[in-house]
Amino acid sequence: MSLMTEITIFVLAVFVGFEVISKVPTTLHTPLMSQTNAIHGIVMLGGLIVVGFANDGVEYVIGTIAIAFGAINIVGGFMVTDRMLGMFSRKPRPKADAEAKKGAG
Amino acid sequence: MIEAVLKPGGDAATALYIVAFSLFIIGIKQGTHPTTAKRGNLIAAAGMAVAVVTTLLLDGMGNWGLIALGLGIGTAIGVIASIRVQMTEMPQMVALYNGVGGGAVALIAWSEIRHGISLGEDFPLDSLIPVIFAGIVGSVSFWGSNIAFAKLQDLIPTRPIAAPGQQVINAVLLLAIIVISVVLAVDHESPSQGLFILLLVLAAILGNLVVLPIGGADMPVVISLLNAFTGLSAAAAGFALDNVALIVAGTLVGSSGTILTMEMATAMNRSVSNILFSGFGGAPSGGGGGSTEERPHVSIGAQDAAIKLAYADSVVIVPGYGLAVAQAQHAIKEVADELEKRGVTVNYAIHPVAGRMPGHMNVLLAEADVPYENLKEMEEINPEMPRTDVAVVVGANDVTNPAAKNDPDSPIAGMPIIEVNEAQQVIVIKRSLSPGFAGIDNDLFYEPNTSMLFADAKAAAAEIAAEIGNL
Repeated sequence: MSLMTEITIFVLAVFVGFEVISKVPTTLHTPLMSQTNAIHGIVMLGGLIVVGFANDGVEYVIGTIAIAFGAINIVGGFMVTDRMLGMFSRKPRPKADAEAKKGAG
Repeated sequence: MIEAVLKPGGDAATALYIVAFSLFIIGIKQGTHPTTAKRGNLIAAAGMAVAVVTTLLLDGMGNWGLIALGLGIGTAIGVIASIRVQMTEMPQMVALYNGVGGGAVALIAWSEIRHGISLGEDFPLDSLIPVIFAGIVGSVSFWGSNIAFAKLQDLIPTRPIAAPGQQVINAVLLLAIIVISVVLAVDHESPSQGLFILLLVLAAILGNLVVLPIGGADMPVVISLLNAFTGLSAAAAGFALDNVALIVAGTLVGSSGTILTMEMATAMNRSVSNILFSGFGGAPSGGGGGSTEERPHVSIGAQDAAIKLAYADSVVIVPGYGLAVAQAQHAIKEVADELEKRGVTVNYAIHPVAGRMPGHMNVLLAEADVPYENLKEMEEINPEMPRTDVAVVVGANDVTNPAAKNDPDSPIAGMPIIEVNEAQQVIVIKRSLSPGFAGIDNDLFYEPNTSMLFADAKAAAAEIAAEIGNL
């Protein structure tokens, strides 16, 4: 891919990002942040490529750590967002239920 | 095990990456409404699965043991952390996930440099410049996020920590980073790995030094900004690796973080650079500060508070970070339930920067089953304040300080506030008269229509709910 093609994609993505994200209401800003946070975990692909094609000890170590970091970012990010959004979408239900689910804290 | 089928950089792989980022955009778009947001998150996660599987299927991939090891460790930590975390701890969780993302970017940039050098060829500038950018920003983001995490988790003091001459040190560091970057880029025929590592280290120090002096109340801005940083560094890694999925996904996150950062800064009536570099709250404050304990105030107990609330027509609850610390969201909801049984209207006034990340209070109250229609934004609730019988401030401080409007010398002058002082009566539930994170005394506590209830927010709310039930 040429640099100019990549810059074109980048600029268009900036506009798409601003357009889509400015419509998210304040109430959902924490899940939004947590979800976009999970999305930047996509850098894990870079780690996969590094390790997948590496043939040098240092790269093995750096790349494996990068994969682990990326996986924490992706898995943790999406799961925690799912937990949060479950609270927003759920209908009001008997209080006992919510209390029972709440852990010590 | 898996038959590698896709040519790296080939049309099939690129097409699948395009599918992946389209799913991200659809996922975020669904996030604009509470009822569809959960599905949106699943769609975005599916996009991630497509991107990861596509990469694993690239022709020539090997070292499956190490890949499985990295994926296994990361997944296990991610799963355990996200199940265990309390809703009140969400800001530090997001900071931590953001940090590891930035760390991954910095490590990938480092290995790209090593790889490029090992080829012994001219390092093309259109990869080298993005790699340098990704390394610097990823490293700043990793260390900055870790400091933010440590502050939010109370591992290090939340008060601003700053050395004398901090600004000068930061400026020198930034200058050194720029100079080394230029040297690396000019020397693109054989860039030095040692210099690149030095760059990562300097960026790490800068990340630490920039976030350390930032006080707790400014955390929503910092977390949003670091989120934007990690996103942009991921996009830069995408330029270096010629990967469209990385470019688009990273840019989306960069946009999102930038929008949130600007919104938070506007809500505090301060510029982003002022928040980052002023060490707000570190110095003893001028306006309204000083002899805190001397000023007269009215102190009441839970029973009095219950009576005030029970005989009101309309009540507005103003939550702040103290609500999160005390885990008082369920107890507050019980108070609201008791009041609603008696026909009292209860609303919640959410300041844009209440808590430690954008929308923090909304998540906590959603956890306690407060319907999101009852969560009112500042602009919506302020005109209602004079008609409100009782405003209950729970763990909020600076965002209710009338000095922001009345005292032009106050450090928070000009910051939009929830105008609880306009309500007929105010009850402030708080442990003591101590100032908030901004380090400024709150004039609200000494107003004649304000009653202070000194207690832990959770215990006090439970007691008030019980007292209302007994009336």
